Formats: sequence, C-alpha cells, structure tokens
Amino acid sequence: MARPRALATRVLWAVLTILVLGGVLVAASTWWNGRQAARQSYDRILLGAANDIAESIRIQNGAPLVVLPVSAFELLAQAPEDRIHYEVRGPGGTRITGIDTDTLIAAQPGFFDATLNGEPARFVQVTRRFVERDFSGPVDVIVGQTLRARQAMALTLSRDALWPMALAGLALVLIAWAVVRRALAPLDAITADLAARDPYDLTAIPTDDLPHELQVPLTALNRFMARLEGQLDAMRNLISDTAHQLRTPVAAIRVQAEAAQAESDRPSRALDRLLGRTRSLGTLLDQLLSRALVVHRTDSAPRRVVDLREIALEMIERDDHPGLSIRLEIGEDPVTVRADAFSLGEAGRNLLGNAVRHGQSPITIGADRIGPEARLWVRDSGPGPAPAVRDRLGTRFNRSAGSGETSAGIGLSIVHAVAAAFGGRLDMTADETGFTIALVLPGEEDRTC
Amino acid sequence: MLKWLTLLICLSAPALSQEAVARFGSGPTPFLIRSTTDIAIIRPVIDRFAELRPDLTVTYEQWGSNALFARSRAECRGEGTPADAVLSSAVQQMVWLVNAACAQPHRSAVTAALPDTRRWRDELWGITLEPAAIAYNRAAFAGAEVPRSRFALLDALRADPDRYRNRIATYDIAASGLGFLFAFSDSNEATTFGALLEGFARVDAVATCCSAEIIAGVAEGRYIVAYNVLGSYVASAARPEVGMILPEDYTLILSRAYMIPRGAVQAASAKALLDYLLTPEAQGLLEQAGLVASMDVTETGLAPSARRSIALSPSLLVGLDQTRRNLLLEFWADTFAPGDVP
Repeated sequence: MARPRALATRVLWAVLTILVLGGVLVAASTWWNGRQAARQSYDRILLGAANDIAESIRIQNGAPLVVLPVSAFELLAQAPEDRIHYEVRGPGGTRITGIDTDTLIAAQPGFFDATLNGEPARFVQVTRRFVERDFSGPVDVIVGQTLRARQAMALTLSRDALWPMALAGLALVLIAWAVVRRALAPLDAITADLAARDPYDLTAIPTDDLPHELQVPLTALNRFMARLEGQLDAMRNLISDTAHQLRTPVAAIRVQAEAAQAESDRPSRALDRLLGRTRSLGTLLDQLLSRALVVHRTDSAPRRVVDLREIALEMIERDDHPGLSIRLEIGEDPVTVRADAFSLGEAGRNLLGNAVRHGQSPITIGADRIGPEARLWVRDSGPGPAPAVRDRLGTRFNRSAGSGETSAGIGLSIVHAVAAAFGGRLDMTADETGFTIALVLPGEEDRTC
Repeated sequence: MLKWLTLLICLSAPALSQEAVARFGSGPTPFLIRSTTDIAIIRPVIDRFAELRPDLTVTYEQWGSNALFARSRAECRGEGTPADAVLSSAVQQMVWLVNAACAQPHRSAVTAALPDTRRWRDELWGITLEPAAIAYNRAAFAGAEVPRSRFALLDALRADPDRYRNRIATYDIAASGLGFLFAFSDSNEATTFGALLEGFARVDAVATCCSAEIIAGVAEGRYIVAYNVLGSYVASAARPEVGMILPEDYTLILSRAYMIPRGAVQAASAKALLDYLLTPEAQGLLEQAGLVASMDVTETGLAPSARRSIALSPSLLVGLDQTRRNLLLEFWADTFAPGDVP
C-alpha cells in the first residue's frame, strides 16, 4: 500500500493546483485582452485608411474618380509586414478601382474576416453615398490587411502582462510553502513526540501553545488515555485484590481443615478431599495473582535489557521445590533480551513447576542463544505430554486428566502471555533424553559491554 | 515630334519577351534568373556565383520591367514556367507581386541585417543602392556652375530657356517602370515636382525610354542635362564626357528588389543566391559594377538627411493604382504635349 501523503504535501499540492489553474485562467484572459486590444487598434487603422480613401473619391464627368491617397497606405504601413488589399466598388458592385482583379473578396458592411491570397485577413467596408446632379448612389471602399502585426502585438501585450504575473505566482508559491510549513510545525512536533513515545506510556501529551484545532483532539486523546489507564488499574486491581483478599480466608479454611483432620480419629475421605481442594485453591489464587501481575507488567512496565542467565539462576536460588535436585546449564556469554525481569521470572517458575509436576527427574534449567533468538528452557527426563495434549497446552484453564487437584491449568497460559507480550513463542521438543520446553524471545544485542 | 517617335519605338518593342539571354556555368541543374539589370553590368557577380555553384547552369534573362511584371503575374496565376529568382528595378511591381502572395519567404543572418527599407515580409529584399542622379555634359558646363539641386536646375531653366530647349532628357514614365517609380516618388516627395515638370515643359524636354540612349545622348552633347538617370548606369557607361550630380535637396535611392517566386523550382538555390548577393564579396563586386553606390559623404557630398531610400513597402502600391497612374500619366502627357513643340 502506498504511503499516505503528508498533510503539508496535500496542502501544497492544493495551493499549486489553485495557482496553476489561476495562472492558466489569467494567461487565457490576458491573451484574450491582448488580442482584443490589438484587434481594436488595428481595426481603427484599417477604418482610418478606408475613410481616407472614401474621402478622396470625387465625381468627375458623372463617374466616381478615386485618387488614391498615399496617406491611407502610410496608415496601413503601421503594420509593416502585412499584405494589404483595397477595392472601390460603385453601385451594383461594379469595380471602380482595386489592387488586383484576380482577388475577389466577398465583402459585407463593417468589419469582417476573410482570407487574402490564402492568408487570414481582416477587412472593413466603408460606404460613401453620393447624391450629385450627374451621379447618385453608394460607393463602397473595401480595405483589408493580413494579421501579422495584430498577432505580434497580441503576443507582445500578453507576454508583457504575463511576466510580472509569473513572477508573482512564483513568489506566492514560495510564501505558501513557508506559511504551510509554519502552520504545520506544531503538528510535526506532536508527530515526532508520538513516534518517540513508548507504546505503553499513557501519560498526557502537553497541549500548551498549540493551535485550538489541535488542542481539541489532543485533549480528547489525553482524556482517553487517562480513562484507559484508570480502567487498566481497576482491572488489575480487581483480579489481584480479589486473589489477595481470598488468599487469607482460603488459608484459614486450609488450617481449619488440617486441624479437623488432626483431631479426627478415623480418617474421613471427605475431609481429605476438602483439604486437597483448599490447597489447590490456594495455588490457583497465587497463580491468578501472578498472572495479573504479569499481564499488568507486560502492559505497563518499561522494558529493560535482561540477561536470561540471571533469571535461570534466580529460579535455582528461589528453591520452590525443596528436595529435588535441579541442575543449571548456562554459558559464559550473556543471553540478553528486552523484557520485564519479573514477568520472565514468573514464566520460568511456571515452566519449572510443570516440569516438577508432570516430568521426571533429573530436571535442568538453562539459558542460551541460538542465532538471533534467546531461549530460557527447562528439561526433564520424561517423555513429555502426548502430542494431542501438547497442541492444547497453554490455553487457559486447560486441565488434563492428569492435572490432578493441585493444578489450576493456568501456568502455561502465563508463559504464553509473556511470550506474546515480548514478541516470542513457546517451543517444545521431545527426544530420547527427555522433554524440553523453552520460552524463545528475540535476542537483544548486548549493549552493556 | 522626335520624342513621340522614340516613344512609339519603345512601345512597339516586343512586350512579353526577354531582351537578352546569357548562360553561366554548365552544371546539371538549370537555374533561371529574370532581371531588369543589363547582363553586361551584373555579369561579374553572376559569374562568381556560377563558380561557387558548379552544380548549376545559370540562365540569366534580361527583361524590360513592365514585361517582366506581366510575365511574373502570369506565372503567379500558374501560367508558364516560373523563374527561380526575379530581380527588378521596378520595385513597386515587386511589392505588388509579394502583396499578391506570389513570393516565398526566406530569412537568414544576412537578410535580417538589412535595414527595414530594404526588406519586406522576408519575401522581398533590396540588393543594390543606386541613386537617381542628374547627368550632364561636362563640355556644356565647362567653366560654369553645374546645378546641384532641383531648385538650381529650375533657376537655370528659367534664366536661360533657349540654352536648354530640347536638350533636357528624362525617362518616359509610360514606357519605363523605373521612370514611373522615380516620377511617382518625386511627386510624393516634394512640391518641386510640379514646378520641375512645368520648367521641363517650357524648354520642351525630351521624354525617352532607355538609360543607355539617354547617357549616350548626354555624352554626344545632344542633351546637356538628363534628369533622374540611374547613377549606376552613368557610372558603368564610363563616358568621361558625362558628369553626375546627386541632387542636394534630396536624392532618391533605389534598391533593386529580389524575389523568389512561389513556384520556383530551385528555391533553395535562389535563397543561396540571395544570401550570396548580400555577402561583402558580392556587394564589393556590385560596387565595382556601380550597382552599389558608396554613400560616403566625403565622396558624394550628399548629406545623410538628403537621402531618400525608396522603401519596400505597400505604400508603393499607390503608384500602381490605375486611376492614380492615369492621372500622373495625363499630367505628364499634358506637360509634354505635342503642342508645346515649336
């Protein structure tokens, strides 16, 4: 998909289009005006010449006599490069004199256009009426001229008028460019600010010194972000509060159940199950709390460069599963990712917990780097889950028949959530030495050294 | 009656054919020039052009101006074989031809350099510079003041009419296109023209037809003054008995007009010839032939303000108007009326 055009470009294009359209209109009108002016001035010359000739007609011996005045031709010579035509016709169109018997012009009263020996030309016909004792009737004088001088004058007029306008147009483009750049400068600043902003930063964007038009959407955006943050807070508080609040009564119930079991002489099956369920509820609440924390942190905690080896080491040191021997397998080079250390620790703990519950000893924890990817993995010596089960692993509240009462089926979903939050995935491999489950994340170039 | 006789001789000459023909070069491509200029005078220039263009066989036809005009009009209507180039001293006729769209345009650096008076529409170009002069018999004016202007000539005619009787010659404007052009230009130029014609009439001036004949007459002493003779012919005649004056009140300067007919077969060669004629080399050759007069003040004694170039412009068309022409001819005929002859 083509990148949408920048606002400044759009505005500038619009300004340019307007200017070009305006320029074309102005050019056309200037040309038209120039043509009209040239036509008028040369029409006057033509008319002057025709009147000059008409004035020179006198009646002699009962017939009109035309003594062609040189002045008429000197008038016509104002258009020095143009061919001319003249003809004087008596009543009934009889030719009295003319330049050329071969050229016939279909004359009409007033100004008219026609071709003169194959070249477009402008003509005028002037009629002088004689009422004399021995001659009466109209005498028509037809004078014509080709259009070179008119065209040259129209061109000169339009060109002279268009030059300053072209310069003005250029100046307008430059000014428009400067104005648009200036008007859009705050927008550019906001754009830069938003682009540089952490995706999880929900703090308000400063709206001081911004144009009114921008303040409205930005204020709305800020309000929206504030509401979103409030919602997020409320949600994670709800889950963690609930889990936290429930932990104490559930612990109390467990203590009561254990006490009841200790006091009772005969073993009660119902009591055993109550105790089992209560313990499992406690674990579930822990996990819910942990998941809520992870989800919250992946949403809002800033990402830092974390060494996966340290996460693995921490998992060993925490020693959640006393009595089990867990081995650590890490290299000398740091295995860094950009993530949240707490969330990674929770994910690792859940992976280890699953291995302890479902797998077989010995269990190994490790962190390493394969190409661009960094892995935090846990390996046990068992065969791993059946392929059918493996496909469904990680779905929330997925509980297999073997899950038993102590598992809430939420552990792998935490790992999945962490993987998804930091752009990674969950990788499972089974071979004859055992089953390996790994959290694979995109590796970060180690910038600490 | 003598002048009527010569006039009749001039009129009875074959009207629609060339007077002389010359061939230059022997190339495969024929190239036809029709001109009013005497072959003898222009020969060196055409010779040189033929040398430069060995691919051409240049045929040079010498015509009378009116016959050439009639022929060119016919060509323009599509009758007969058109010439490739036309060079005429009757420039008003050439202007008419260009005005009637009988020519084709050409523009080059040398044609663009011509002054406006020697170029029209880029279809007609003035090649030469030839003053209309007063020729006189040196012997007749030995020791006396030669009239240096029209006024001086008029005064001389008035002071001593008998001395000039029958001994002033000028072109017959009915027969000579060039003579008519000069007379027409004179009539436009100054009111002296009427007075001058009257003066001519009083001394029974002779209107005759050909430059060569007029100059020969002056040389032999039959005429003592010839008015409006083309300076180039006086110069090329090389008759030591004949002196030449460029009138100081004003001197008409003619540029023979060159045109490429619309139907010219060898239009490209005609353009090449035009460009060549305007080169310094050709202009130098024309100057030697007397066709380009030096207009240097120190040489001619003619002030620049007294020069009247006959401009190639539509104004010349007035001179071709039949009514106007008839009026001038009538005026002329009245002046030179047979009754005046004693």
